[in-house]
Amino acid sequence: MEKVKEIYTNLFHNYREVLRMNASEAIDARRDEAFALFSEVGFPSDKDEKYRYCNLDEALKVDYGMNLYRMGIPAHPDDVFRCDVPSLSTRLYFIVNDLFYPSKKAVSLPEGVLCGSLNTLLKEHPEIGSFYDRLRGEDNDGLAAMNTAFVQDGFLLYVPKGVCIDKPLQLIQMFQGDIDILANRRLLIILEEGAEANLMVCDHAITSARYMSDQVTEIYVGKGANLQYYELEMTHDKTTRVANTYVSMSSDASLLMNSIGLENGLTRNNVYLRFEGRGASADLSGLELMSRNQFADNHVLVDHAVEGCSSNQLYKYVLDDAAHGVFGGKVLVRKGAQQTAAYQSNANMVGSQQARMHSLPQLEIYADDVKCSHGSATGHIDEDAMFYMRQRGLDEGEARMLLKFAFTSDVVERIHFTPLQDRIKMLIGKRFKGELSKCHDCKICP
Amino acid sequence: MSNILLEIKDLHANIGDKEILKGVNLTVNEGEIHAIMGPNGSGKSTLSAVLTGHPAYTVTSGEVWYKGKNLLEMPPEVRSREGIFLSFQYPVEIPGVSMVNFMRAAVNEHRKYRGEAPLNASEFLKLMREKKSLVELDNKLTNRSVNEGFSGGEKKRNEIFQMAMLDPTLSILDETDSGLDIDALRVVAEGVNKIQGPHKSCIVITHYQRLLDYIRPQIVHVLYKGRMVKTGDFSLATYLEQNGYDWIKQEVGE
Ligand SMILES: Nc1ncnc2c1ncn2[C@@H]1O[C@H](COP(=O)(O)OP(=O)(O)OP(=O)(O)O)[C@@H](O)[C@H]1O
Ligand SMILES: [Mg+2]
Repeated sequence: MEKVKEIYTNLFHNYREVLRMNASEAIDARRDEAFALFSEVGFPSDKDEKYRYCNLDEALKVDYGMNLYRMGIPAHPDDVFRCDVPSLSTRLYFIVNDLFYPSKKAVSLPEGVLCGSLNTLLKEHPEIGSFYDRLRGEDNDGLAAMNTAFVQDGFLLYVPKGVCIDKPLQLIQMFQGDIDILANRRLLIILEEGAEANLMVCDHAITSARYMSDQVTEIYVGKGANLQYYELEMTHDKTTRVANTYVSMSSDASLLMNSIGLENGLTRNNVYLRFEGRGASADLSGLELMSRNQFADNHVLVDHAVEGCSSNQLYKYVLDDAAHGVFGGKVLVRKGAQQTAAYQSNANMVGSQQARMHSLPQLEIYADDVKCSHGSATGHIDEDAMFYMRQRGLDEGEARMLLKFAFTSDVVERIHFTPLQDRIKMLIGKRFKGELSKCHDCKICP
Repeated sequence: MSNILLEIKDLHANIGDKEILKGVNLTVNEGEIHAIMGPNGSGKSTLSAVLTGHPAYTVTSGEVWYKGKNLLEMPPEVRSREGIFLSFQYPVEIPGVSMVNFMRAAVNEHRKYRGEAPLNASEFLKLMREKKSLVELDNKLTNRSVNEGFSGGEKKRNEIFQMAMLDPTLSILDETDSGLDIDALRVVAEGVNKIQGPHKSCIVITHYQRLLDYIRPQIVHVLYKGRMVKTGDFSLATYLEQNGYDWIKQEVGE
């Protein structure tokens, strides 16, 4: 991997000036320090305990193109792409590879809300720059550092104090292009005191080269603010996604985060959530549906740094064929974080001999007045239930599908936005039936 | 003479290496109701599981003919679609699968097998309403997941509701009376009788005569240690109720 590291090192040095061109002050100011960290730690490797089951070497060795000169795509994404989760909102934004495109439809948002291209908005509102790249902090993830060194644009949502965006916002991130592409994606979400928002981020790959996204998301949920953050991955076997998400929770803030993987290649999601003020609550859930050789690894660290906060994690995996799932969840209750309530649950349904699941739940508690529990269960399809259903006339495949669907229901029910919940249920049903269209309505492929 | 619906010839079946059925013979004609009684562990539920194709059991020898077809060659779902229904001794809870979706899938699979179009939503709900009233099944139960959190009696009532929905040719009721209170027993038994018809047959597995007073069998069998050791008319059930099984055990030489 030293060789690959060298390639990116040369790329950084040779293109340092290109990266400076057009870049906002805030983004460019963080590059050199981040690059120094990348030089020091390199890429995550399976020798690193956290990446023990997640081998990125093959994915990283691909000779990807990076769009350093910001070349546009021939057609506007709004004209060529319909997400399988449509019409939830008129407030639609696109990231194609790593280029930002606003929706062509008129969008009106409450006074003071900033929503759009990260780079442009950071130029126009330099005061927001103080939020940029602050949460990566003590985490020394090489890919998050590499993202910070190379990133040129992304998505920003800023909701000022007391402002509530009633309708959901939707960001569609897609891969498109005939060559293998590496995209540095960056999301910055800031909810000031008492603000409310609902954001849905969908990842797609609409053409069939090899893709890798190296994503960093920073989320600030301000005092008493309320964020619903949904993620949906519908890419394909040749896509690698590494996403580092950093969340800061102020006092009385509440967060609902739900991430669903319907189709993917190799996915690694890291979530670092830190409670910084008392009375806050976070509900984190995820669902991975995998078959073939798909791989997904969710690592979640919930840091109860202060007292009186609650967290609740529920992660589920359905694994068929030779799919491989990993869940690493850690709850850290620091000294003095009394009256913490922290729950964590991981349940997995393994449907074949070759499928594998590694579940690594962890509790680390340094306070005494806390309510914490964690549990992990990996099992097979309930054969008694299968027989019961077949006795009523359902064939094996249909019975299996209903049981799998049932298994996913509690994660899906954590989606509090009903139209999205219904849509996700429908897509899960299609996924199990093998009817999920990756290029649904896409006009790019013939 | 009436037509033979089910014919079991010298049926042997194992679970793992253990032989449970050791040569069962039974013939059920169209329109007949048979009762199978016998001490705990004698193989009654095993027989019903083998007849419905439970994958945990292996048939080691013998034959089963149903409507003139080789039953043992059919997968469980085909046996169901061919009209065999089992009311389970222990109905299975299926969290997350709603009764409505489950029954809709089942009814439509049966229809598809017969070459009929699936029921639309309103036709299906009408059928549900009709069959629910037949066994006085509470509305709130069909809005829940299959058997999840149902009381013992509710589960049994739900089995007969499903039987009514699927309108089987051969019903096997495995201790449907256990768990039912006195009133529920009557309602459920009357429901079963309404589903029965001149070309339909029923095998009632029970330990007590009280169910047979409602669903009156023409023929009563005793299964003991994997064999049919006694067959008689209704009076056999009455005799067993009073005298238990000791005399049978003596007759077979124990
Ligand atoms: N999975 C199993 N492994 C080993 N033995 C089994 C298994 N399942 C059933 N048996 C045995 O098979 C025998 C027959 O069981 P079965 O349930 O058919 O009896 P039954 O006549 O229905 O009894 P009951 O009146 O109590 O319902 C019993 O001795 C039982 O212990
Ligand atoms: Mg039994």
